[in-house]
Amino acid sequence: MYGIGLIKGLGVTLKHFVETYVEDIRWLSRGGRYYDEEALKVRQSTAARGIFTVQYPEEKLPVPEEFRYIPFLIYEVDEDGIKVDRCTSCGICAKVCPPQCIWIVRSNDPETGRPVPAPTDFFIDIDICMNCGLCAEYCPFDAIKMDHDYELASHDRFKDHIFDKERLDHPLSYYAEIRPRNYAEEERARAEKEAAKAARRKSK
Amino acid sequence: MAETESTKVLDEIKTKFGDAVSPDEREGYDGYLVRAENLLDFATFVRDALGYDYLSSVTGVDYIVEDKMEVVYHAYRTSGGPALLFKVQTQREKSVVPSLVSIYPGADFQEREAWDLLGIEFEGHPDLRRILLWDGFHGHPLRKDWREAYFEEDQKPFGNRWPEGKVYRIEDKVPFNKNVKYPANFTPEGWVPEGEGTLYASLGRMEKSNGNGTGSEHIVVNLGPQHPSTHGVFRMVAELDGETIVDLKPVMGYLHRNHEKIGERNTYIMNMPFTDRLDYICSMGNNFAYALSVEKLMDVQPPERAEYLRVIMAELTRVVNHFWAIGFLLNDLGAFFTPALYAINERELILDVFEAVSGSRMMCNYFRFGGLARDLPPGTAEVIRDLAFERLPEKIDELERYLTENEIVRVRGEGVGVLTAEQAIGFAAAGPVLRASGVPYDVRKAEPYSIYDRFDFDVAVRYNGDVYDRYLIRVDEIRQSIRILQQAIQDLPEGEIQTGRPQYQVRVPAGESYGRVENPKGELGFYVISDGSPTPYRYHIRAPSFINVTGMAEMSRGQKIADVVAILGSIDIVLGETDR
Amino acid sequence: MPLGVSIIFSGSGAWQQTGGRPLFAEVGMAEDVNQETPIPEEENGSEFEIPEELRGQVTITTLDKLYNWGRRNSVWPMMFGLACCAIEMICVAASRYDFSRFGMEVMRPSPRQSDLMIVSGTVTKKMIPQIVRLYNQMPEPKYVLAMGACASGGGPFKEGYNVVSGVDKFVPVDVYVPGCPPTPQALLHGLITLQEKIDKQSIQSVRWYSKQASEPIPIPILGPDLIDPRDLPDFAERQAAVEEKAAAEAKT
Ligand code: SF4
Ligand code: SF4
Ligand code: SF4
Repeated sequence: MYGIGLIKGLGVTLKHFVETYVEDIRWLSRGGRYYDEEALKVRQSTAARGIFTVQYPEEKLPVPEEFRYIPFLIYEVDEDGIKVDRCTSCGICAKVCPPQCIWIVRSNDPETGRPVPAPTDFFIDIDICMNCGLCAEYCPFDAIKMDHDYELASHDRFKDHIFDKERLDHPLSYYAEIRPRNYAEEERARAEKEAAKAARRKSK
Repeated sequence: MAETESTKVLDEIKTKFGDAVSPDEREGYDGYLVRAENLLDFATFVRDALGYDYLSSVTGVDYIVEDKMEVVYHAYRTSGGPALLFKVQTQREKSVVPSLVSIYPGADFQEREAWDLLGIEFEGHPDLRRILLWDGFHGHPLRKDWREAYFEEDQKPFGNRWPEGKVYRIEDKVPFNKNVKYPANFTPEGWVPEGEGTLYASLGRMEKSNGNGTGSEHIVVNLGPQHPSTHGVFRMVAELDGETIVDLKPVMGYLHRNHEKIGERNTYIMNMPFTDRLDYICSMGNNFAYALSVEKLMDVQPPERAEYLRVIMAELTRVVNHFWAIGFLLNDLGAFFTPALYAINERELILDVFEAVSGSRMMCNYFRFGGLARDLPPGTAEVIRDLAFERLPEKIDELERYLTENEIVRVRGEGVGVLTAEQAIGFAAAGPVLRASGVPYDVRKAEPYSIYDRFDFDVAVRYNGDVYDRYLIRVDEIRQSIRILQQAIQDLPEGEIQTGRPQYQVRVPAGESYGRVENPKGELGFYVISDGSPTPYRYHIRAPSFINVTGMAEMSRGQKIADVVAILGSIDIVLGETDR
Repeated sequence: MPLGVSIIFSGSGAWQQTGGRPLFAEVGMAEDVNQETPIPEEENGSEFEIPEELRGQVTITTLDKLYNWGRRNSVWPMMFGLACCAIEMICVAASRYDFSRFGMEVMRPSPRQSDLMIVSGTVTKKMIPQIVRLYNQMPEPKYVLAMGACASGGGPFKEGYNVVSGVDKFVPVDVYVPGCPPTPQALLHGLITLQEKIDKQSIQSVRWYSKQASEPIPIPILGPDLIDPRDLPDFAERQAAVEEKAAAEAKT
């Protein structure tokens, strides 16, 4: 009969409509389904039923660890409280960057004339950067990583959209916070390397 | 077996053509070199006697050192099997090659592209106009001696990024402060833009008078490039008799981003994130095809686990794409947004998986030569399992219940935009468009790549070739993809995900290779020529969205103007790939 | 070129809109309010003339609040997608991020009915004439949001011969959202930034009530390469400089 298909279809829409309220009621005893981290997780999982909306900006969808936006540089703080860049200005990231949006300024030590293993300045033009993550992937010193911060809208790109070293620099703790698993793994590898090096030195 | 067959073919060709056709004996190259005068005969022979009825790809190559232009043709049999390559060479200045449109109508747009970007003229082409750039553009940009305004160096990495590192906006370095370059002695005074006269002239207009002082005339209507139903910046010029389409010309290039020119300057690994931006709904599939073609040249094999993950990602991509395509086809049919919203829900869940493994929802950049960028993070395998075994089967049933029997969908879809099997093969249509016309051709079965031969699945096929069947075939394909997903996630082995050490500078031996995959929109192929340097010498994309619209005019003729958007929606194009 | 007129772009680029007189009627300004209240001086208010029906308004600031409240919660974007970023824009419009929570769900296919142009994707030379034309066709007040690296500054394809390095070379941009593509939440953040900008505007100083109503931007022309009519006065000079440089390079 004509119209059966339509009615079936409308049934599906109705089901979606009703599901939202059924879920809402189910969550009532647990303090509601919105503005709650626990509930958000369920609402955005494969078990999601009914309304699917993230109420940004009140609640934000958590980003996974691998999430990548604009790169940032890592510095460590030594015993004297001085910032030490992990970056050695080796230039590999600038070489591998597909749209070529990384600029690195290197310098020589005025006394010895030798190159200083740290960048004098470091620029990324985020109007060119394609967030591909290759720089972070191939940096041999784990000095450049991909940030999670995506709330970067601005009114003036000429002022705000070339990130310099100051803007890019983040402490190691920040990295450990946003990418704990990667951080732990790298630290482990680093410790192993150190140990192997020490062992070799000893055996010599 | 393949050996004996190819020798048999070679013998046949030898006896028939003698010297006019010779095997291509350059190091790393394959196929036959055909003399331009014999090209038409040879192509007819290849199609009729040898059965290579599907001309998949036409590529122009500029060999500047040898002072030659070459056109490379990849022909296949729709019954399956490897390609037959044939090539024709001509001089660089005033290059002329006979057009194959009369034998393979699917060569139409591809020849126009070669004319537009490389300046190879195709003699006998019915409508040889620029296709991606506009009429009146200066020069043919893919020629090796053509430089753009923002040109810095022939190959990346650019020297001045490091070690001096003076940051600048490239605009500041060119006199017009914009990405523009004019021919010498050009002045805008007294100059008249070429306009679109040739485009409208190509439509062939009709005027008729009734003899009683009244008359009628066909009218021309432009849809796009800014039109809500053209899926981006696509434009169609339709000639109408009342509401009926008499003729239709697709106009594209509004998103031409010079992918190939940039790709020939990039190193191999740099192209990987750029491929994401081709068909931006299916970035994993694009990665796959590009990785395959470079791996062929490098002769590396990814490890088991990586192969399985590749298949999982490719099939998830297919599900994503088909959900999206169905949602927006329904949008075009007038079901404003509700089906699309439901489809996008499922897409979002799969994108969460992509984001977790690769870091980005859309631009995955996940494949590497000989493996993958990283392994699955903890918990993701379970999410994929949930999706494959519970969520997606349930949702695809729901989608079918929602739409398949809907009377409006049927009325709008059945018998609209029909493409017969012969036409589909002729136009080199690929993917769901081809299979909805009754041709069971799927690269995953016809020439299995990666580990697709291990899975148990069927090639979906439908026989009416209309909009409704193109909808149904996508539903069928989602079901098949879910089958593959279930098998793959069950068998997923442990182990490495990368052969060798990850490298940012790979060494690729000289030669040519064509890697193709069955992308959700059809056969996606990358034709890569390496000359041994860190950057590809030629990097060409056989883009299914681009070639599938070749048949658009044929499908639309005689239909109502309102059906054109439905037909376009059923072809499912993505402009990033159409225009590249 | 009678055939060259597309259905969307009917009308020539030289179309000009008039200021928003009717708006006042909607807000319901009573005409009989005639007390003389000093009107706060605008810093650059010399060009500004207060419309007749506004004279004697008690509190411009309250009016501003009302005016902006209305506008910020009904920013209708144009349904206008260019490239990859457009997909994320659609996701923002779809179920998960749903910008109807900000009153923006009414995506208009026609520029005549929209307030906001989200330039979502790579701006190519072949497309820029249409974009400028669409911008000209939008009635004031109008805003432009450049979404993604491409629209802001050229993006990864910047070096390409058919790519315009940033839409702000041609139309004024209010908010830039970096990212490639910006995630839906990043775009939402951009839209909220735009709302904040709207909040700060004052009815006294906004462009569209000033005497020089906004001029249409001249439409770029597709020649041997893209020609911007605004470059024409010194085109010859610059072109000569290019050629001189090329000649000098050829010599060395
Ligand atoms: S960030 Fe890493 S790759 Fe880049 S210059 Fe510094 S150390 Fe080298
Ligand atoms: S993320 Fe990619 S584009 Fe951006 S700076 Fe790193 S390598 Fe370059
Ligand atoms: S910014 Fe990135 S995602 Fe957006 S249009 Fe450009 S290339 Fe595509």
